[in-house]
Amino acid sequence: MLVQILFWAFAAVLVGSALGVILTRNPVHSALSLVLCFVTSAAIWLLIEAEFLAVVLVLVYVGAVMVLFLFVVMMLDINTEELRSGFTRYAWLGWLTAGVVIAEIVGVVMARSLGVDVTKGAEPLPADYSNTTELGAALFTQYAYPFELAAVLLLVAIVAAIALTMRKRPGHKVQDVAKQVAVRPQDRIRIVKMDPEKGA
Amino acid sequence: MPETDFSLASVAPALPEIYLTVMVCVVLMVDVFAGQTRRGLTATFTLLTLAVGAGLTAMYSHVGVRTTLFNGLYVADELAWVLKLFGFLFVAFALLYSRTYLNDRGLLRGEYFVLALTALLGVFVLASANSLLTVYVGVELLALSVYAMVAFDRESGIAAESAMKYFVLGAIASGALLYGMSMIYGLTGTLSIDVLADHLRGEPSLGVILGLVFIVVAVAFKMGAVPFHMWLPDVYHGAPTAVTLFISTAPKLAYFALAFRLLAEGLQGLVQDWSRMLAALAVLTLIVGNLVALAQTNIKRLLAYSTIANVGFIVLGFVAGTPAGYSAALYYTIVYVLTTLGSFGVVVLASRKGFEADELDHYKGLHARDPMLAFMMMMLMFSTAGVPPFVGFWAKLRIIQELWATNHPWLVVIAAAVSVVGAFYYLRVVKLMYFDAPADVPDTERQTGVRFALGLNAVAVLVLGILPGPLLDLCARLIHQ
Repeated sequence: MLVQILFWAFAAVLVGSALGVILTRNPVHSALSLVLCFVTSAAIWLLIEAEFLAVVLVLVYVGAVMVLFLFVVMMLDINTEELRSGFTRYAWLGWLTAGVVIAEIVGVVMARSLGVDVTKGAEPLPADYSNTTELGAALFTQYAYPFELAAVLLLVAIVAAIALTMRKRPGHKVQDVAKQVAVRPQDRIRIVKMDPEKGA
Repeated sequence: MPETDFSLASVAPALPEIYLTVMVCVVLMVDVFAGQTRRGLTATFTLLTLAVGAGLTAMYSHVGVRTTLFNGLYVADELAWVLKLFGFLFVAFALLYSRTYLNDRGLLRGEYFVLALTALLGVFVLASANSLLTVYVGVELLALSVYAMVAFDRESGIAAESAMKYFVLGAIASGALLYGMSMIYGLTGTLSIDVLADHLRGEPSLGVILGLVFIVVAVAFKMGAVPFHMWLPDVYHGAPTAVTLFISTAPKLAYFALAFRLLAEGLQGLVQDWSRMLAALAVLTLIVGNLVALAQTNIKRLLAYSTIANVGFIVLGFVAGTPAGYSAALYYTIVYVLTTLGSFGVVVLASRKGFEADELDHYKGLHARDPMLAFMMMMLMFSTAGVPPFVGFWAKLRIIQELWATNHPWLVVIAAAVSVVGAFYYLRVVKLMYFDAPADVPDTERQTGVRFALGLNAVAVLVLGILPGPLLDLCARLIHQ
């Protein structure tokens, strides 16, 4: 019963904040709503005993991705007027497409022939069951192959990001270590021989 | 706990993937130590890597019977083996053609070759995928590498624009693929392609069909079938020609594998449903591709629309829905890649430092300026148009035969009619090269080695056309169910 109440409460917050993401005018508020969205999703995941994924969602998405995202949104000077300029002109097309897609999906779901029993929840797991251990075991044994490929995917991302963004700009102020090491005293100090000042 | 066996003998069929992953890291390191001044070393080393890889694959990773590895996530069969060998071959040729082009434009950097190799790894993963999870990882590995290659020329605004379009639209396609996969996973409880094939024997539920629609959309997008083709002309046009050349080679093999593994193997039970969806896509693709190609003045856009038209034929092979149809599609894919490799090779060779030979007008009177290049282009254009005795004729014929055999007379009529329309713009290129006054453009590149390779490419198109038997038999043998 308590689980039910919690679920509906979190679900309401989730839907509300998801609407907030697309309805608020300020992009910073949108990003913050998305953070709330992630946190409530994590809470719902806790209810279905996926505690590891819930923690990862908060750590990775809320802690890292969204913070970065907020920084970018705050730093970019987005001209919202310009972005919205074609909104009313194309709105009917958007509504039409969304309407057709929703009607089709509702039609499929309402047909009740999906062949899935949705009334039965998952069996509660015993207290000593560790979600993290199970995930780890699955990742490193059964799914070792795609896991390794995901690692290659990250390598590709790093190589691509560096290849596309790192460039030598003229006038870029950076130390040349080799030059610094190879420097000789005579390059830095010029010793000038001067006659001592003559006394009067 | 699942059984896991990672002994050396058990992973031998996966040698191409393991070798390529190791070599990606080695090439990265070689590039670091080669330094700024000796970039050519990385290029040579990459070509050597591909040659050795092809040799190792040919010798050690052949399997007589279909075997699955890594807990059924990976399948090793003759089809995957042959696709990988062709992958090595086509990528090696593509990199060989584009070396001087890249060097002239300051793009000959180590990362280019690393990305080319990771893209090839993505092709291999798709060729051997036996699980929806592996399929998805393969698609992403290939796509991410290619997005970065398209944007590789950082000075070019149009390249950045086309990379952005490709990236955003590609992300939507990946989303559709995942959405469809998750629906099918939710309803059948399995990601394995083998198990899916067993599950979906009877009357399919509506939910499965909804998932199928999204998967078909994603496959059509990746292949470039109308109405999901919008990205293709812009990407082909905007990317540096060397990258366009690359995109039109090995990735096409991968997308054949994607369609085959997902639709023909995993969702074979739903063949009635997806065959009808693909038939509609194929008709649109053939008509739009061929008609819009008529209006093009840029050769890269022309070849892009020609690609769309050819994709229509490949999709028609799947519409047949029989092993013979799939083998016709496989044959068409290989032939198409071989021919386009040569066509873009000519475009690359006709360009010089500071000059892109990408307008059709630049090819006026090519015969007078460079008879050898014009002759090779003529052979390749004839083959793409489907003129006998070139190999393109057999490819089109096989598809039409299979459609006739599976009782699709209307599709046969449409395919034949648009082929005639298509012949017009291929022959127009030949007419420009042979009968028009020479254009006032810089000379073509004179590189004996590359010209020799391109010559081999063109001769292969002719020889395979005169002796189509071996490759046809091979394709028929690879697909049997």
